[in-house]
Amino acid sequence: MSSFRLSSGGRIDRSKPLDFTFDGKPMQGYAGDTVASALLANGRQLVGRSFKYHRPRGILTAGAAEPNALLTIGEGGRTEPNTRATVAELYQDLIAKSQNRWPSVDFDLGAVNGLLSPFLGAGFYYKTFMWPAAFWEKVYEPIIRKAAGLGRATYEPDPDTYEKCWAHCDLLVIGAGPAGLAAALTAGRAGARVILADEGFEPGGSLISESTSFQDRSATELLAQMVAELESLPNVRLLMRSTVFGWYDGNVFGAVERVQKHVGTVDPHRPMERLWRIAAKQAILASGAEERPMVFGGNDIPGVMMAGAVRSYFHRQAVAPGRQTVVFTNGGSGYQTAADLEARGLDVAAIVDSRADAPTGWAGKARIISGGVVRDASGGKALSSIAISKGGSVETIKADALAMSGGWSPIIHLACHRGARPVWSDAKSAFLAPERQDGLTVAGSAAGVETLAACLADGAEKARQILVDLGFSNAGAAFAPAADKPEHARPLWFVRGSKGKAFVDYQNDVHVRDLVSAVGEGYGHVELAKRYTTNGMATDQGKLSNINAIGILAEARKVSPADVGTTTFRPFYTPLSFGALAGTSRGKHFQPVRKSPLHDWARKNGAVFVETGLWYRSSWFPKSGETTWRESVDREVLNVRKNAGICDVSTLGKIEIFGKDAAEFLNRVYCNAFLKLPVGKARYGLMLREDGMIYDDGTTSRLSENHFFMTTTTAYAAGVMNHLEFCAQALWPDLDVQFASSTDQWAQIAVAGPKSRAILQKIVDEDISDAAFPFLGAREVSLFGGRLAGRLFRISFSGELAYELAVPAGYGEAVADAIMEAGAEHGICPYGVEALGVMRIEKGHVTHSEINGTVIPSDLGFAKMVSTTKPDFIGKAMLSREGMTDRDRLSLVGVKPLDPATTFKTGSHILVEGATPSLENDQGYVSSSCYSPTIGSTVGLALVKRGPERHGEHVTVWNDLKGEYTKAVLCSPVFFDPENGKLHG
Amino acid sequence: MASLIACPHCGPRPKEEFTVRGDAGINRPAPDAGKDAWYAYVYLRDNPRGRHKEHWHHTSGCRRWLVVERDTMTHAVYSAVDAAVTGETV
Repeated sequence: MSSFRLSSGGRIDRSKPLDFTFDGKPMQGYAGDTVASALLANGRQLVGRSFKYHRPRGILTAGAAEPNALLTIGEGGRTEPNTRATVAELYQDLIAKSQNRWPSVDFDLGAVNGLLSPFLGAGFYYKTFMWPAAFWEKVYEPIIRKAAGLGRATYEPDPDTYEKCWAHCDLLVIGAGPAGLAAALTAGRAGARVILADEGFEPGGSLISESTSFQDRSATELLAQMVAELESLPNVRLLMRSTVFGWYDGNVFGAVERVQKHVGTVDPHRPMERLWRIAAKQAILASGAEERPMVFGGNDIPGVMMAGAVRSYFHRQAVAPGRQTVVFTNGGSGYQTAADLEARGLDVAAIVDSRADAPTGWAGKARIISGGVVRDASGGKALSSIAISKGGSVETIKADALAMSGGWSPIIHLACHRGARPVWSDAKSAFLAPERQDGLTVAGSAAGVETLAACLADGAEKARQILVDLGFSNAGAAFAPAADKPEHARPLWFVRGSKGKAFVDYQNDVHVRDLVSAVGEGYGHVELAKRYTTNGMATDQGKLSNINAIGILAEARKVSPADVGTTTFRPFYTPLSFGALAGTSRGKHFQPVRKSPLHDWARKNGAVFVETGLWYRSSWFPKSGETTWRESVDREVLNVRKNAGICDVSTLGKIEIFGKDAAEFLNRVYCNAFLKLPVGKARYGLMLREDGMIYDDGTTSRLSENHFFMTTTTAYAAGVMNHLEFCAQALWPDLDVQFASSTDQWAQIAVAGPKSRAILQKIVDEDISDAAFPFLGAREVSLFGGRLAGRLFRISFSGELAYELAVPAGYGEAVADAIMEAGAEHGICPYGVEALGVMRIEKGHVTHSEINGTVIPSDLGFAKMVSTTKPDFIGKAMLSREGMTDRDRLSLVGVKPLDPATTFKTGSHILVEGATPSLENDQGYVSSSCYSPTIGSTVGLALVKRGPERHGEHVTVWNDLKGEYTKAVLCSPVFFDPENGKLHG
Repeated sequence: MASLIACPHCGPRPKEEFTVRGDAGINRPAPDAGKDAWYAYVYLRDNPRGRHKEHWHHTSGCRRWLVVERDTMTHAVYSAVDAAVTGETV
């Protein structure tokens, strides 16, 4: 119980107390608190255990870089592990739990790892768990995962919603600190469309976390004036609680807005988070600077905090870090903290300044130890004393808080997301980003500017220049120029002689010795050291640790930090929830469902559906008493062959093709002839790829001179449409041809079987006798005595006398009902895609099981379809290649077991009878197979070397997955009605 | 994440609406152009670093094929022209 709430002050609302719990213990904070500030106000400094050594850890920072204070917040489906307490806003009844501890954060058995630390240094995974190899997955990894870790995700579904949206602006300003506010004000006044985004819940940056003033105004007065003016400008949008996490192509920025993360009672009509994609003409990065920790023994003990964080909690939430504070600094930040604390009467025991020539202007009470360092902090779970070393002597001071500052690093992540490399500045002793890149300008302390006045001036002036470039010639800077007063930076990368572990990367438990040993073992390159030690690889991505690691590597390698360089900055700046990334694409909205216009008709007739791509197609229609799908399918097949059946084929792709060159166009995209297709006729067409392989097949009908109707397979509908458009627009733009997809406009119904004509004639007004409407007829027809117009095609996939009737989608169900009614006396039954598949295999018709991207027309017996007279068509040139005429090409053949009681599976390979399975002996494979109730046996289609020449040959069908060998015979692929007597019936 | 392509018909639209096909700088040979020309057209592709013209289809927009010139390193988009206007001679 050392940190505490001051009795007055701060920006919290003391009239709005908020109850919350930490590890089950009730606590209270106020509106305006973060979880971290509320915990500190309750005297709670120990909030977690470290990743590897399970060391007690407290709250280190007051912002997004926090490596220690990772809590699990919320419960049930709203459980969110690894939440940084320093950015999580407090709300009524918030539930926070510590992580990576057992049984409790105060007493954690995992801390025994600290004693084992000599064996757990950098690279220990690689060295210790090398062998036996099989142990890694089964033994080592589970144990390591259990011992080292973060919070656990919930298995319950997230009850909240998320959304994504776009925004466009002239100027995006990232960060609402002094530079960002000044830039936004400058641009807002000029009339530009401005978005000002800040990750916090209150704008101001250092204006609210520091005790500064500007000219005659206090920082808070200045802030209030600027915010009031920005809010009055309709062209300025202030996006608070919004982290701009990435800079992408086309000057598009990604941002996540935490819309309801800070509320106790979630409004179900609003999203929890909103993912913004902001297309900005120009952007100003005013993300500020990050304070660097000092690296000394015990620098992770709860009670050790960043000096700037101490000021932030002090000014914003009126929280004092302790009763007796020691400051360890190498620059002005430490003195500012001491002055702020003393101004409220708090005790600062000493200011330890690592610079031997510490400035002399200090007017406070605290003793200054110039040229000294904090060698070690001690206290275990709470800081109790500090050992200060100066000139060989060591002095121990009692303290319950230590504020440290190792200087500042500009926050340049976003400026380096598109490939720019940071540049080391000796003057600033920091890495800086290029100040101006195409589309992005860095301003304020992110650009290395230090004083408030200079930051305001820098933001204003850089915005003014951008606005002039954008054509806002009247733009004037909101603040006058001001000279900066830079400090002479004197980095202290680490303290020598520390007894305890001096942590560099708090979250991954990397300490100085790990980095030194990385250099010693040859992993001194910054990228290698990162992976060898895991420095910078935790969820904070090294926001605090990378710079110190680089400094330590530089000293160990005796080079400049410029020579060490940085690892690569990549999005996201801070972790992003999967919810925000998924947006609305979850559950039923993960992908659309496509339902045929006959879906409800199929459902009421008892269909079992199967997903094919986005479509739901009816597979079979079980009748009562049928216990297996095969029973239903066999019955459907036999009934179609004997009587008639009705099948939904609406999912086939349908494309209307118009234009005076439509016939010429089709002649070029199909390998067979279409130029002279008569009006009123359908033709089966084969579409090739440019390499000669078959792309898709289907029927195309000529409905009038310049109007064709193409069908594609279900799976390739979109691809064929894109292909036709490419051919028409990019290859032959001179042809007069246009396309419209009408897949969803038509319900298409196949009626097949010997009685199909009798059934359809009852509803079709025109004569559809064989003489009037022969095989491959295609025409518009009148239905139900002129009440409806449709399209009728005499085409057959089943090999039966068959028709396909297309009617406008909305009439599909009524027409299907009418066909069922008309067919009742003829024994009609609905059939699904399974029966359709059986009948097409019986008839030797191919689908994409055979058209699998490796076959050319002659492989499937279509050699005669390929035009030899057309001057050109897609695929023509490559069909004449040597390999395409090879005798040994796999070609279509039928296959059936010698013993009808035996069977084989699709995908099985064909071997010469008795041959041992090997690549050399492989003759081909079964591409489709089914049980044929018509034949009374399994039948299959296969692609086999010289297949058509081998009808009658006995072979072995081999399925190594099942260990099955089936004796079979190759035969014609047409198992049923090879004379096509039924088709033409 | 997102970059924008300025479709000549629809204005700047997110790239997710488009489908890229590949090099727009190769012309479909004449039917009798010979084996080598066809082999090159069907199979051979350069993988340039820097400016590159490609066919992009505005699949979820106007459904026009465009010739988009972009930088394969920086992804900067320099131009987007309807393929029918540009023809094959890009």
